[in-house]
Amino acid sequence: MTVEGTAERKTARGGSKRTTAKKATPTKKAPQSQAGNGGRPDEAEQDQLVQLLTPEGKRVEHPDYAIDLSPEELRGLYRDMVLTRCFDAEATTLQRQGELGLWASLLGQEAAQIGSGRALRDDDYVFPTYREHGVAWCRGVDPTNLLGMFRGVNHGGWDPNSNNFHLYTIVIGSQTLHATGYAMGVQKDGADSAVIAYFGDGASSQGDVAESFTFSAVYNAPVVFFCQNNQWAISEPTEKQTRVPLYQRARGFGFPGVRVDGNDVLACLAVTKAALERARTGQGPMLIEAFTYRMGAHTTSDDPTKYRADEERLAWEAKDPILRLRTYLESEGFVDDAYLAAIDEESEALGKRVRDVVRAMPDPDTMAIFENVYADGHALVDEERAQFAAYQASFADADAIAEGN
Amino acid sequence: MAVFEKITIAKAINASLRASMEADPKVLVMGEDVGKLGGVFRVTDGLQKDFGEERVIDTPLAESGIIGTAIGLALRGYRPVAEIQFDGFVFPAYDQIVTQLAKMHARALGKVKVPVVIRIPYAGGIGAVEHHSESPEALFAHVAGLKIVSPSNSSDAYWMLQQAIAGDDPVIYFEPKRRYHDKSRLDTESIPDPLHKARITRTGSDLTLAAYGPMVKVCENVANVAAEEGKSVEVVDLRSISPIDFDTVQSSVEKTGRLVVVHEAPVFFGSGAEIAARITERCFYHLEAPVLRVGGFHAPYPPSRLEDEYLPGLDRVLDAVDRALAY
Repeated sequence: MTVEGTAERKTARGGSKRTTAKKATPTKKAPQSQAGNGGRPDEAEQDQLVQLLTPEGKRVEHPDYAIDLSPEELRGLYRDMVLTRCFDAEATTLQRQGELGLWASLLGQEAAQIGSGRALRDDDYVFPTYREHGVAWCRGVDPTNLLGMFRGVNHGGWDPNSNNFHLYTIVIGSQTLHATGYAMGVQKDGADSAVIAYFGDGASSQGDVAESFTFSAVYNAPVVFFCQNNQWAISEPTEKQTRVPLYQRARGFGFPGVRVDGNDVLACLAVTKAALERARTGQGPMLIEAFTYRMGAHTTSDDPTKYRADEERLAWEAKDPILRLRTYLESEGFVDDAYLAAIDEESEALGKRVRDVVRAMPDPDTMAIFENVYADGHALVDEERAQFAAYQASFADADAIAEGN
Repeated sequence: MAVFEKITIAKAINASLRASMEADPKVLVMGEDVGKLGGVFRVTDGLQKDFGEERVIDTPLAESGIIGTAIGLALRGYRPVAEIQFDGFVFPAYDQIVTQLAKMHARALGKVKVPVVIRIPYAGGIGAVEHHSESPEALFAHVAGLKIVSPSNSSDAYWMLQQAIAGDDPVIYFEPKRRYHDKSRLDTESIPDPLHKARITRTGSDLTLAAYGPMVKVCENVANVAAEEGKSVEVVDLRSISPIDFDTVQSSVEKTGRLVVVHEAPVFFGSGAEIAARITERCFYHLEAPVLRVGGFHAPYPPSRLEDEYLPGLDRVLDAVDRALAY
C-alpha cells in the first residue's frame, strides 16, 4: 500500500497491516504524547516504499509502477547521477577553496532528482528549491550557471523560460505556490503539459506548501509536488516537522500521495512519470514523497556532526543510489569497464570546466545594482543610478587629474 | 465617448476592471468573494457573470496563496489583478509580495516579468473592527520592485488601475475605502495623466499640502476653510507613493515656501518622513518653515469610536497649517 486517496486504494489492508505490526512489537510503541516516529518509516512501512531496485541492486517489480527501460536509457540515468555527483563534489571543493560563498550539496539525493527530472517532458515546467542541481542538469541548464548565485555574482544566472526551469527559490516553500499558479495558467491555456514543484521535508511545515495543496486541489491544477524528504532540515529532524508520513498529508487535501524510495532512480522515474501523466490528463495534483537522505551537510556552513550520529550516515551510504544502479547494470552486463572509464573521463572534464568557468566568472558591473529593479523604470532608481554613476565618475576624474599632475 | 458627471469610485474601479478585461484576455481578477458576491464592497460586481469563473476567480481564504498563485499565473503570461479583502489581511501575503513578487524581475536579470496588480481597500473612516482600517503603504514603499499608488477620485481610480494592469511591474493599488461612494467626474475617453504624476488640485501661494488617497478630500476642505481665513493653500494629490513625483511637490514648495504632508498612516517612519526629507534637501533655501507632518499616532489603530480622533481631520490639518504659517 503506497498510494493514498486513489480509487483503487484498499483502506482496510493498509490500516490493518500497520496495526498488526504495532501489536507485534508493543515495546516499540511511542507514547501518544510524544512526536512518535515523525513520519520516519518503521520496518513495516519500509515495505510500502515504491521500490523497483533494491539497495542490493536487485530489480523488483511493483504492481502500480511498471517501467521498462532499454540498457541505453539505464546507462543514461547512471551517467546523469555520476556527473551530477561529480559536479556537486566539485562545487563543494570550490567553496572550500573560497571560490564560492556557499554551496548546498545534493549528495545522496541524485536518484530522487535524476529520476524525477528524467520523467519530465520538455514542455513541463519546474519550480525548484535551491538544491535541485540534478534536476537542472536534466533540464539542460549549464551547471556552471547554477554557481553564480553561490559565488555571489547574481541571484540566478539562467533564463527560466529557456529550459522551463525556474530560478532557485531560497525562501522555503514559496515556489510551491508559484508552481500552482503556473499550473493554473497551463490549465487555462488548455495545454497538456504539467508543472512540478520541488521542496523538502522542512518546507512541508510552511503555510505556503499547505496553501499550494489547497489551491491545486480545488482548481484541479496540473501540478506534481515532489518532496525530497532527506530527513534533515538543517539540524531539525523530520520528527520536528510532522507526526505522520508526509505523503499522507495529500489525502486531507483531496489528492493522492505516494512514498517512493528516493534512492531508487527507477522508482522515482516511474512514479513521477505516472504523476505527471495524471496531471496532464486532468486528474489533478499528486504528492510524491521521495524518502531519501542528505548524506552531507545542509550547506557548506553547516556541521552535521553536531546533531546526528555517524551510524545513521553510514547506514544510508549502504543505500547509495549510484552504487545500487551500478551493481544492477554490472549484473546485467549493461556496462563494462570501458564504459565506466569513459564516464570517469567525462567527470574529469566536467570538473575541470566547472573550475575554469567559476574562477573566470567576472564580478558584475557595479551599475548592475540598478538594472532590472523595475521592468518599466522608476524615478527613484533612475535618480540614484545617475547619482552613483556621477560619484563613481568622480574617482576617474580625480585619477585623471592625478595622472596629469 | 462616455462621460459620467457623477460616478462613484467603486463603480469607476469596476468599469476599469471591465475595460482591462475586455482589452486583454490575459487579465484575470482573483480574490476572496470577488465572484458571485462581487466583493465585500461590490467593486467586482457583475464581472464573473460577464467574464466567467475562469477569469474572475473566487479563491480559497489564503492571502499568501492568492499572491503566490498570482505570481505563477503572471509567469505563465497572465495579468492577475488580485484583491486583498482588507488592508490588515495583507500580512499573510507580505512574504510573497516582498521576497518574491518585488524581486523576481531583478533576480531573473530581467528575463521574467511579474505584472501582478494587488488591489487593497485601505485606510479608516468606515467604523470597522480591528484589522479593517490600516494604512500600510510605507511598509510596501520601502521595498524596491514594487510600485504603490492610491487614487483619490473616480477618474484616477478608473485610469490608474488600467495603467497599473497594462504595465509590466507589480503594483499595489490602494483603494481609499471610505471614498468608495464619493462621486466625481469620469470621462472614459479623455487622455489620462501618466500613472506616477502628481497633480495640483487647488492652487495657492502661502503653503502646500501634500496628500494622497483618502486625505486629498480633507486637504481640499482645509484649503477652502483656509481661503475663508485669507490663507492661500495649494493642494498636491501625489497619486503615487512609489515613485513619488518630487518634481511637482518641489515646484509647488518653491512657490509657497511651506509644506505640510498629510496621511492616515502613523507619522513615525511614514511616507511623510520621506517627503519631508527629500523636499528639505531640494528646497532648503525656499523653505520658510520646517516641513510638518500630520498623520496617525504610533499606536495600534484604535477602536472605531476613537478613529475620528486618530485620523487627521480638518482641525488637525488646519492647526498644522497655522503652525507652519507662524514661522
